[in-house]
Amino acid sequence: MMPKEDQNIYFIRERISRNKLRDHLFAIIGLLATLIGFVLLFTLIIDLLIDGFPRLGWQFFTSYPSRFPEKAGILSAWVGTTLVMIVTAATAVPLGIATGIYLEEYGKKNWLTHLIEINMNNLAGVPSIIYGLLALGLFVYFFRFGESILTGGLTLGLLILPMVVIATRESIRAIPNSIREASYALGATKWQTVKDHIIPYSTGGILTGIIIGLSRAIGETAPIITVGALTFIAFLPTPPITSEFPFLSFRWLSDPFTVMPIQMFNWISRPQHAFHLNAAAAGIVLLFMTLLMNGLAIYLRYRFRRKIKW
Amino acid sequence: MHKRKPIIKIKERGIESLLLLSALSSIFVTLSIVFILFYEAIGFFKDVPLLEFLTGKQWTPLFAQPKFGILPLVTGTLLVTFIAVSVALPIGLIVAVYLSEYAPFKVKEVAKPILEILAAVPTVVYGYFALLFLTPILQKFIPELSGFNALSPGIIMGIMIIPYVSSVSEDAMKAVPMHIREGSYAMGATKFQTAFRVVIPSAFSGIAAAYIIGISRAIGETMVVAIAAGMMPNLTFNPIEPIQTLTAYIVGVSLGDVPHGTLEYKTIFAAGITLFLMTLFLNILGFIFRRRIREVY
Repeated sequence: MMPKEDQNIYFIRERISRNKLRDHLFAIIGLLATLIGFVLLFTLIIDLLIDGFPRLGWQFFTSYPSRFPEKAGILSAWVGTTLVMIVTAATAVPLGIATGIYLEEYGKKNWLTHLIEINMNNLAGVPSIIYGLLALGLFVYFFRFGESILTGGLTLGLLILPMVVIATRESIRAIPNSIREASYALGATKWQTVKDHIIPYSTGGILTGIIIGLSRAIGETAPIITVGALTFIAFLPTPPITSEFPFLSFRWLSDPFTVMPIQMFNWISRPQHAFHLNAAAAGIVLLFMTLLMNGLAIYLRYRFRRKIKW
Repeated sequence: MHKRKPIIKIKERGIESLLLLSALSSIFVTLSIVFILFYEAIGFFKDVPLLEFLTGKQWTPLFAQPKFGILPLVTGTLLVTFIAVSVALPIGLIVAVYLSEYAPFKVKEVAKPILEILAAVPTVVYGYFALLFLTPILQKFIPELSGFNALSPGIIMGIMIIPYVSSVSEDAMKAVPMHIREGSYAMGATKFQTAFRVVIPSAFSGIAAAYIIGISRAIGETMVVAIAAGMMPNLTFNPIEPIQTLTAYIVGVSLGDVPHGTLEYKTIFAAGITLFLMTLFLNILGFIFRRRIREVY
């Protein structure tokens, strides 16, 4: 028989080692859980490459969709995506930056500012397909823009607006008050302070937000389907540059269109396997674009974070 | 000098009004969403009684004898959401605890951008993956699994929303002051005990908000389910059968040519308003929880 104290110490030691074991086990489980994301991303990319890589040739980027899978390409889709993104950026960037500046620099602490803030948070949580229904009612039928590039671009612009606003606000908030006070001390007005100091110093953060927002807009499918983008488009929109005066044309804004994710969705939903290979190839292009943009955003954030020392 | 002052003042005022106008545009967006959804849905409910809509067990609006019971779409949405959430909530929490309490700086520097990228992959790509990669694999284990099913998109969606859950939970855990942890360590607790008995309870509001955001994402997610779960309204909680969610229904109808103003056209707004109210409720709940984080310390 062990003395009672020894028995206690024995139990305590055992308990401590059990707790330590649990601690180490969790460190491993945590790492594995974090790795699940990596594994999925990796498998996804490999799977897409195996199926789609052989289809990725010059011909794939310069052909219209077709009944014959080996002749089909993504020309109208990537042109459509590019044009829609121009409208999206033209909507979300000025509106988002202006809203962010108003909320951070101008808005007084009253019910109106509070309402705009709450509303912004709520909009960020609205499912994207609801924006599609909004666009269908508002842009397609009320303003009669039709199922056009303008409608698509505006829809995605509204969708990413909260992201641009949040990015703008966060990077403006990081600017210390001493900068503002120094500017006012030299007799600058509020707008001069904002224009010459606040905006330039927050460019990095705002840019990051815009890029991440646009990368999300590129992959967005549901709201574009809802506004009625066509899945089969074998022509290009009117070119924005013309040979006659005034050399610029905005007719493309009202042209029907398709975008990359819709083209991919269309190929996925066909029963033939050959179209699935096309879908994989389109998926590679789409994934490459979003990864590139996100990589750029992460790099920019990293660089600006290092460079700025107040 | 004296002459220029009023001009500057007018300019300043003008710019301020312009900025305010931009800020107000977001309110205009919300009002338009609410107005359009209600306007079209009211048109729908003139033809279909609300009671039939809420309690009907069949959703066949495009049949010759149409039935307008929203229940199959709601159960479809809830089923996929349940599967996604069973994946995302536990794993998201573990990832958050690991990144906030355990991970060395270098692991964090690599893991966080990749988690961000996971959230940035277009959902149509995830749909492709669920339908053409995961479903065939799952069929080897569950032979009776149908080609379209709730299980496979549910799992993919779950992994997809891990970053949303983990990043908000991690922020909440980071907001727990260090001295609370130090108190726990001083009592001889391990990291594991500190994380689960001290940090998680202190960060409860934030974690709850993260969970709610995750659930709301899953309910509103469209393309993964539209591609891989099928297009069959099905009043079931069996994950191996094909189903249809509210979002997938809207996509399915939009793909066809539905004339403006018809009853079929209005059904997508009826489905839309149901979806909007579900996510709105969750967003408000999440907002309340998130506001509580700041009140604690």
